[in-house]
Amino acid sequence: MIDWQSTLWVLLTGGLVATSCALVGCWLLLRRMALLGDAISHAVLPGIVLAFWLTGSRTSLPMLLGAGAVGLLCTAIIQWLSQKRFIQSDAAIGVTFTAFFALGVLLISRYSGQVDLDLDCVLYGEIAYVPWDLWILGERVLGPRAVWTLGMGTVIVLLFTTGLYKELLASTFDPVYAQVAGIPTRTVYYLLMAVVALVVVASFEVVGAILVLAFLVVPPATALLISRRLPMMILMSIAFGWLAVLLGYAAAHLLDVSITGSMATVSGLLFALTLMATGLRARPYSSGGEGIGKS
Amino acid sequence: MPLEVRNLTVVYDGKPAIHNITLTVQAGILTGIVGPNGAGKSTLLKAILGLVPRASGEVWLDGRPLNKPRGEVAYVPQRGSVEWDFPANVLDVVLMGTYARLPLGRRPGRAEREWAMECLRQVGLDTLWRRQIGELSGGQQQRVFLARALAQDAPVYLLDEPLAGVDAATEGVIIEQLRRLRDSGRIVLMVHHDLQTVRDCFDEVVLLNEHLIAAGRVDAVMTRENLQRTYGGKLVFLQDMD
Amino acid sequence: MDINLLSVLTGLIVLGATSGVLGVFALLRRKALLSDTLAHAALPGVCIAYLVGGKQLGWLLTGAFISGLLGIGAVSVITHRTRLKEDAALALTLSVFFGFGIVLLTGIQRWGDGYQSGLDRFLFGQAAALLPHEVVYLTLACLFILAIVAVLFKEFALLCFDRDYARVIGLPVRLLDALLMGLIALIVVLGLQGAGALLMVALMITPAAAARLCTHRLSLIVGLAALFGGLSAVGGVLMSAFYGRLPTGPVMVLTASALFLGVFLFRHLMQGERQRQRPSLSPLERGQGEGK
Repeated sequence: MIDWQSTLWVLLTGGLVATSCALVGCWLLLRRMALLGDAISHAVLPGIVLAFWLTGSRTSLPMLLGAGAVGLLCTAIIQWLSQKRFIQSDAAIGVTFTAFFALGVLLISRYSGQVDLDLDCVLYGEIAYVPWDLWILGERVLGPRAVWTLGMGTVIVLLFTTGLYKELLASTFDPVYAQVAGIPTRTVYYLLMAVVALVVVASFEVVGAILVLAFLVVPPATALLISRRLPMMILMSIAFGWLAVLLGYAAAHLLDVSITGSMATVSGLLFALTLMATGLRARPYSSGGEGIGKS
Repeated sequence: MPLEVRNLTVVYDGKPAIHNITLTVQAGILTGIVGPNGAGKSTLLKAILGLVPRASGEVWLDGRPLNKPRGEVAYVPQRGSVEWDFPANVLDVVLMGTYARLPLGRRPGRAEREWAMECLRQVGLDTLWRRQIGELSGGQQQRVFLARALAQDAPVYLLDEPLAGVDAATEGVIIEQLRRLRDSGRIVLMVHHDLQTVRDCFDEVVLLNEHLIAAGRVDAVMTRENLQRTYGGKLVFLQDMD
Repeated sequence: MDINLLSVLTGLIVLGATSGVLGVFALLRRKALLSDTLAHAALPGVCIAYLVGGKQLGWLLTGAFISGLLGIGAVSVITHRTRLKEDAALALTLSVFFGFGIVLLTGIQRWGDGYQSGLDRFLFGQAAALLPHEVVYLTLACLFILAIVAVLFKEFALLCFDRDYARVIGLPVRLLDALLMGLIALIVVLGLQGAGALLMVALMITPAAAARLCTHRLSLIVGLAALFGGLSAVGGVLMSAFYGRLPTGPVMVLTASALFLGVFLFRHLMQGERQRQRPSLSPLERGQGEGK
């Protein structure tokens, strides 16, 4: 009755999305850049369209590169704008990503004849189709394409996170100190943004541009509520991500609704439950609410 | 060995924050910087560190230009750009001081952990090494930052008002550690908030009010006339300084 | 001129101007991206309203409004009672509510008579489908909002610039804040049907940001933001009308962005001679994203 093989592929794909998103999402969260993740996931749209238009195909590599490049461009513009006077960082984000996204929508609708790109699919993903989109090399069927793409993406993210762990930690925790200690904070920042763009683009096909944000933010946020140290937070966020994937898929199957929407909803429920369970312990230390001094 | 600042000028919004500062800071000496609010004391430190752009001038350390620090200067800022809700304990933070000497990709190991614990012992916080940083008091947080700087084991230490607003115990610990650093032949340059205690703390002092008013041994520099020039005549002397 | 075109134009100009005005206060209160969360959080409300009461527009808007307010409430609870900062709360609420909305939407599509392409309309709006009587309601609502802003202008200004002083002189700060949030939620929800989520976010942020670049005086900023918002509508509607197959929403966003870019470059060039100070770490690198 249940097609186990397909189900396993879908779950694995979801799990890879959860893993790679959690790994970068933790850093975004701790750097107060959650909304930058939102921006990137919207901004990659024109890149996807352009890549598709130029190469005429839906294969992963040109799509990844094109979208990734546009995502990085968006980040660079936001960064540049934020340094100007009278432009707050949240305004910079808002102005930039809406423009990029609008451009993407415009391109899709204008050239919808030539571009066989379904807007709905781009925005919400189609995880259910993953098992059928196979990577065929010559005679051999190597499995779902998405699994390969995400698998490689996850490996890259893992290497990045473990290799540059102390640089990431120092520049996230106290960027001024890190810079003085000789840590290349700017390079680390841009590498992180590149990896975020990579993860977003690799995941969007599966879960869609908008729901990537759920995976980037919600499991790490849930983990932050109950973690005392960063390594634990990272592991817990991956765990919460997987849990959301498994339970979300089950619920979607039962209720016959959107799989990715269900996963996002479940991750939200897990957050709410954790919040209620931890109560006092989750309260902020900086009770004034101002957090970072306005130096 | 000394730290030399030559004709350093920093500009904010088209106006100079500090103007043509030239001074030499020797090793093995505790040097303080004092001046009124807005005098540019913090700016001077940040300019030395390359955290704010220099409009003109140079900084030299050990006969070589110092433009971007690479860990040879330890900095204890006035208010760290730190997130107290960060999931980290005291030892995690102090360990970060050792990062300056570890190459890319290498994680701190056992030796670094022991060194970090030793630095915590120096500031009296070794029993709290597991404590979440958000649960610390103000004075304890300041001591953690000092321990982190100690862990860096740098030849130069720049501190921005480390004694401001701390409890007496913390103040004692900090001064003791600064003296230790001085005695081990390092350069220690510190912005100080309290004019009254300059004599007790420092060997040499720099009077700053956008310009360099005077610099040198405390007794020689802290004259009534110099102080009037620094503070713009707003000081009231309760006892004869001369 | 075609009556439909005229009514669409009017509706969008009014919407653009009002969004611009409210957007200035949102910007100054550092809540610029709240509109993004609001727009996405409204989706489940629309779906539930549909399931409960059918397709009537007013009813759907009510559902959207309530859902949006719940979203704001969630953001507030998360920010004040946990270690999470505002940006995290906004992103979390945005994605979870939206995900839930999609669940409901697909459910509706499976079981119900198919509120088809409902989501596309939600995200991008169907400006062309704005009927004249809807425009009238929209205009009245916007005038209502603007009237409140005009009456409480001084109070809102104080709220943005010196909250503590406002509290000290006895202003009900929390109430005023809530009112402001409510007005923002209202305009976002009103605009969803005609302009869509994307456009509302852009209209709330871009004209206000451009106006902020021009001057320090609040009344001027507000006026300019309204002007820029209105101009975006004009540009968008006219260009999409003349070039056929261009959807109005995205063109309006791009017009607003172009205006912003123009203002920005102008100011940039004006400042070219004066030396500009830039700290070596940008606010983003320093970890000071907009979260508090």
